[in-house]
Amino acid sequence: METILFLAHTETDGSLGKSALEALNAAKSLAAVLPGSNLISGLVGGDVQTAANQIAGCASARFLGVVGPDFASSRYSTDIVAVEALARAAAATIVIAPGTARWNRVLAGAAQRLGGRIDTHATGTTAADDQPGITRWYYRQRMEAVVQRTRRPWFILLDPGCGEPWTGAAGQVQVELVSPALTDANRRTTVTGLRAPSADQQTIRPDARLLFVAGAGWTKTQPDGKPHPKEAEQLILGFLAQSKASLGSTKSLVDLSGEGQAVLKFMTHLNQVGQTGSTPRHPKGLSTCCHGEEPHTVGWRFINERRAVNLNPNCSWAQGKADVLYVADAFAVMRKVNALLAEKA
Amino acid sequence: MPIPYQIVVCGSVVPDPLQTLEPITTPAGPALKNELMLPAVLDPWAGHALFEAANLAKQHPGSKVWLVSVGPKAKLQQVMMTVAQKVPFELIALDGPASGFAESAEIAAALAGAIQAIPGLDQSRLFVFGGWESASRGAGTTMQMVGELLGITDQFQGVDQLTVRPDGSFQALERVEGGKHQVSACSALPALLGWATGNLPEPPNNPQVGMLNMRTVMPALQRAKPVKVANDGVAFASVSLPKQRRATKIVKDLSPDAIAQEIVEWIGKE
Repeated sequence: METILFLAHTETDGSLGKSALEALNAAKSLAAVLPGSNLISGLVGGDVQTAANQIAGCASARFLGVVGPDFASSRYSTDIVAVEALARAAAATIVIAPGTARWNRVLAGAAQRLGGRIDTHATGTTAADDQPGITRWYYRQRMEAVVQRTRRPWFILLDPGCGEPWTGAAGQVQVELVSPALTDANRRTTVTGLRAPSADQQTIRPDARLLFVAGAGWTKTQPDGKPHPKEAEQLILGFLAQSKASLGSTKSLVDLSGEGQAVLKFMTHLNQVGQTGSTPRHPKGLSTCCHGEEPHTVGWRFINERRAVNLNPNCSWAQGKADVLYVADAFAVMRKVNALLAEKA
Repeated sequence: MPIPYQIVVCGSVVPDPLQTLEPITTPAGPALKNELMLPAVLDPWAGHALFEAANLAKQHPGSKVWLVSVGPKAKLQQVMMTVAQKVPFELIALDGPASGFAESAEIAAALAGAIQAIPGLDQSRLFVFGGWESASRGAGTTMQMVGELLGITDQFQGVDQLTVRPDGSFQALERVEGGKHQVSACSALPALLGWATGNLPEPPNNPQVGMLNMRTVMPALQRAKPVKVANDGVAFASVSLPKQRRATKIVKDLSPDAIAQEIVEWIGKE
């Protein structure tokens, strides 16, 4: 018998994001299969009424909220106070939350403060013999484990994109407000804003249907004996503009950019996928000019349909990992792809 | 007058990324096959944290960097032969597991204990650095717990940039969703930062730095306290490698135009 707290923070518009709804679905499913368990929702934000109403139909036994200007922004020192208060108010034994940057920053500290344990980057929940469990990857997505714990409270952060979001009726709910005390020490940090590339320069699009992965081959010497980084830049950015794909990169390519070489200037470490980068989730992935051993290809472990363009038919990035490998010059192919996309537009 | 910072970096060793890893079951829980034989490197994000710490210390005379590391002594020694040539630091070694399957709360308690034992630590000048995740457990949980145990409640994760100001305040840029950074200002230390990549390249080897560091590294390794990790209350029902291998269709004979046509059609399909 578990008391499962679905824990979420509001987005800037006061609603719950997709990753929060995915976590709610997982929490609700787990509560349904563990006998005698109940579900409680805990929300944090400047105002949580809109979010609570949004999930009115989720069969939560209680809706708890920590609200106020201090809890509107993503800050460790206040978020931890809010999370601790909600977990205590709910007497939670399991806390299920979306793996957002905000919760990834704070929930391990909250688990420590509450004497509990935490698992992050969970990809799913299980319930074998009425015992809750989770699946998660170790060694940067290279091996998968099923983990069970006896220590409570158990915080579980679910990676976004791993499950279906909850859908259900909105309504009107009564939120029980929890008011943790803050001191000046909780306000030493001030969130002053977000820094992002301008919209037309933003190449990371988590909700895109396609991940376009560019490898270091784009900067290598071409058949005329010269590298063509300018054309590579135009082709890649042109493709991203027309396809609305998200851009990923191999480590070798972003390292080249970081070293100040005349390569792809828009490429940063934020684009890096793989062993020391991200493992984004998109329905489709197209890799071009990538070459790497198994550990480096984990960047698209969670891409469903994968195709690659490479001059090497034995490319280890693609062999056994892509559905289709086109043996061809990526410059020539992408030039034509861009032309076709322009015609369609 | 620049502030002489005290910067404590937490970081351990991980198997070289190019190694093939295979899980095995031992009486103590899951482990890696031939774990002690695998060549190791400093955890990449912890490495970035160390290089950022050294850079900050260099710009603020009188600052000092400690590297607190939990790992098998032999592995730490092997990795320190390289890392010690990069930047100046004092090693505090703890002889324990560097496994991804070790419980982060127990590792955090060991790290926090070692940090608290550093003589003359001044909270008003203290930065605690680490990687925002490891390449082994990959959880991003240890540093927050270290911070909690040290009473540090100004914490930042996924940090790519730190700008310190003469009055002791600083600004941090943390990675958030969608390729953006959250900008935060903090009025005073202590603070804990889990670094992402940062902006610095890996420093070249400097034999002089290596010689200086090795004077303290070897004694630190010799007096490394053992750390027992019981993994209390956690059970691994299974640990396995992904089995799925795709039947890759290799298309060699199509023109770029025909390939482009196929790709565009594929992209357009729901």
